[in-house]
Amino acid sequence: MKIYRYIHLRFIPLLGLGIVALLSCERDFSDEVKFATFPANGDIFTDAPVGLTDKFFDSFDPAVGANTEGFGTDDDVAFEGTSSIRIDVPAPDDPNGGFIGGIFLDRGAGRDLTGFDALTFYVKGSTTATIDEVGFGSDFEEDKFAVGLQNIRLSTDWKKVIIPIPDPSKLVQERGMFRFSAGTLSTNGVGFTFWIDELQFENLGTIAQSRPSILGGNDSRFPTTVGQTVTISQLQQTFNLGSGIDQTINLTPSYFSFKSSDPNVAFVDELGEVTVAGTGLTEITASIAGVLADGKLLVESSESAQIVSIFTDLFADIPVDNYNGFFLGQNTKGGLVEENGGQIIRYTQLDFVSINFFQNVAPIDITEMTDLRISIRVDESIDAGDFINIQLVNSVGTPDLTSGTFRIEGGDLVPNEWVEFQIPLSSFTGLGARNAIGQLFFVSDGTISNVSIDNIFFSAE
Amino acid sequence: MKHKVLNTNIKSMWAYKMFFASLLLLVMGCETDDTQTVATFNTLVWEDNFDVDGAPDSSRWRFDIGDGTEQGIPGWGNDELQYYTDRSENVTVQNGFLLITAKQEDFNGFSFTSARLTTQGLFEQAYGRFEARIRVPFGKGYWPAFWLSGNNCADNPWPACGEIDIMENVGDEPTIAFGSVHGPGFFGGDSIGKDYELTNDRFDTGFHIFGIEWAPDYINYYVDGDLYQQITPEDIDEETDGQGEWVFDRPFYIILNVAIGGNLPGPPNNETVFPQTMLVDYVRVYQQ
Repeated sequence: MKIYRYIHLRFIPLLGLGIVALLSCERDFSDEVKFATFPANGDIFTDAPVGLTDKFFDSFDPAVGANTEGFGTDDDVAFEGTSSIRIDVPAPDDPNGGFIGGIFLDRGAGRDLTGFDALTFYVKGSTTATIDEVGFGSDFEEDKFAVGLQNIRLSTDWKKVIIPIPDPSKLVQERGMFRFSAGTLSTNGVGFTFWIDELQFENLGTIAQSRPSILGGNDSRFPTTVGQTVTISQLQQTFNLGSGIDQTINLTPSYFSFKSSDPNVAFVDELGEVTVAGTGLTEITASIAGVLADGKLLVESSESAQIVSIFTDLFADIPVDNYNGFFLGQNTKGGLVEENGGQIIRYTQLDFVSINFFQNVAPIDITEMTDLRISIRVDESIDAGDFINIQLVNSVGTPDLTSGTFRIEGGDLVPNEWVEFQIPLSSFTGLGARNAIGQLFFVSDGTISNVSIDNIFFSAE
Repeated sequence: MKHKVLNTNIKSMWAYKMFFASLLLLVMGCETDDTQTVATFNTLVWEDNFDVDGAPDSSRWRFDIGDGTEQGIPGWGNDELQYYTDRSENVTVQNGFLLITAKQEDFNGFSFTSARLTTQGLFEQAYGRFEARIRVPFGKGYWPAFWLSGNNCADNPWPACGEIDIMENVGDEPTIAFGSVHGPGFFGGDSIGKDYELTNDRFDTGFHIFGIEWAPDYINYYVDGDLYQQITPEDIDEETDGQGEWVFDRPFYIILNVAIGGNLPGPPNNETVFPQTMLVDYVRVYQQ
């Protein structure tokens, strides 16, 4: 007993010293291992380009409408020093191209950006237009560690833009120094100019509270079969800046570590592609630098699973006529909107509305399907008596028309939170044949006015 | 047998010493230097290092419960939105830290819960150095604080009884903490104080030391190693055109709390993350 204790105590100091060695603050590699390092210069444009290719600006392909003429420098305008980058955003009908955008590439083999936490620059506009996107990490080859910040509202005075680096430790050799894309959507087609100055990677020390997310932060359940693949989408990360403002960026899968709880059912590669390898259940999660992302994918793999997707991010949707047919006597407004880097359907002033797929596209045969899956978020408070009826219509506009309704009570919905429903098709009271479904109705009779819909598909269990 | 035991003990002692030496190395290697060069009062008279897991030590701390209605100040005098409890989910000691956690939940008709600890009636002192090492939460609506209140507010209602705010922060200004005093003629929006702003750092990502040195004729404010403000009776005179009164001459007690919403930070918004926790590593009081 005493001897055991003696040995035990002797080990503690060794263990303690081991921890000191391992946890000492600088994470230096041992002397024996020398990694090649690349220049750690953060400057991109001060009064002139710094260490960029001779081309400086590498435009998107003119064949897709990118205007190569509107880029230059301006010696009359500068936030600091004597010169700035000047970008003239063309009108959509400009013969030289209807939008402008491209990248700046490091002229060498790339830079070591691991010591920085953000790309920053000062920008001002000739008017308060919106730049569609700015970012970095695009090299027109792999675009492996690309990051984008969307909808930068310009001011007619200089303001600083901060684009956080998702995980600086990944950027040991990055060539993509800057990317931008600008059109005239925000100015109704009127061209405008904006200037960029003091473009650089910086170590601000105030980029904090990383909150990554996948799949819009939602838990998505997907029935599937062996051999299918899906790609994890809506990759985003929110940081809190030193100003207290939350900044959300879009980023590529390579920043994430993906994990499958059962790789025998499905495994994920570094590009976020999920391959279904066996039957069973598995949960796909993701993280950035140890921070677990909001949202996960629950893969339900079986022999017989089939789906018909009306509106999902992960599967190919059937073509539809529209997401809001605007019938006579109908008050519902809304349709597709962007949210968290993906699309959802959002209706306002809902009384009734339908997704239509029978006019210029073929109706769908869901005879083999067993369930309707749908996610619903009520964007307001829920009162007693509130409801949403979901109605399926077969053989629209023919004498064989048949329809069935399933009623979702307000008590089964949660204000401002997504609720996922799996509704057996046998529960759609009144629905006869379902070989030519052409309409999916949402009816609240005004009890619920504001509602968002996502992930609509039929499944066979 | 005896000899063997003795031998073992000697080696054990050596082992213990090495263990603590290596621990010290670990601590000193990674943490910022805690040595105060701006503080000069060094006789420790009261401390809580939060070394025992569970509820805070009831010989040192008591709780303010509710929304202030019982005390005659609903919303704690600031239209705050939280209901304070002493439940472990709002306040507990874990791994050497006091954790005050604000939650968004329906509770007694309120939408938020949190906690407020005081040393009222347990430890009260005039003058000295009051210091704590704290990491705050972030986001609009959070209002964490480490402060002192005069111990005679029952007979001499605020602001007459005085308030010394050693650290306050609003969650949407993560780089700024502020220290101030309230008293007759200088209170609420007209309190006397100053902001301290970090460069290349934030108050919600690591621990920082907040302290005052309080003597009969001055209160010095410091954050980490920086003395950033001195408030004197003359300052009170100047700022209030002679109307204010220096009431910082009697025993005060310590308060630690996380408020949600209220006049100063405004309400949380839909980006505010709940729950979040203020961590307190220690609270120490010294005399000159």
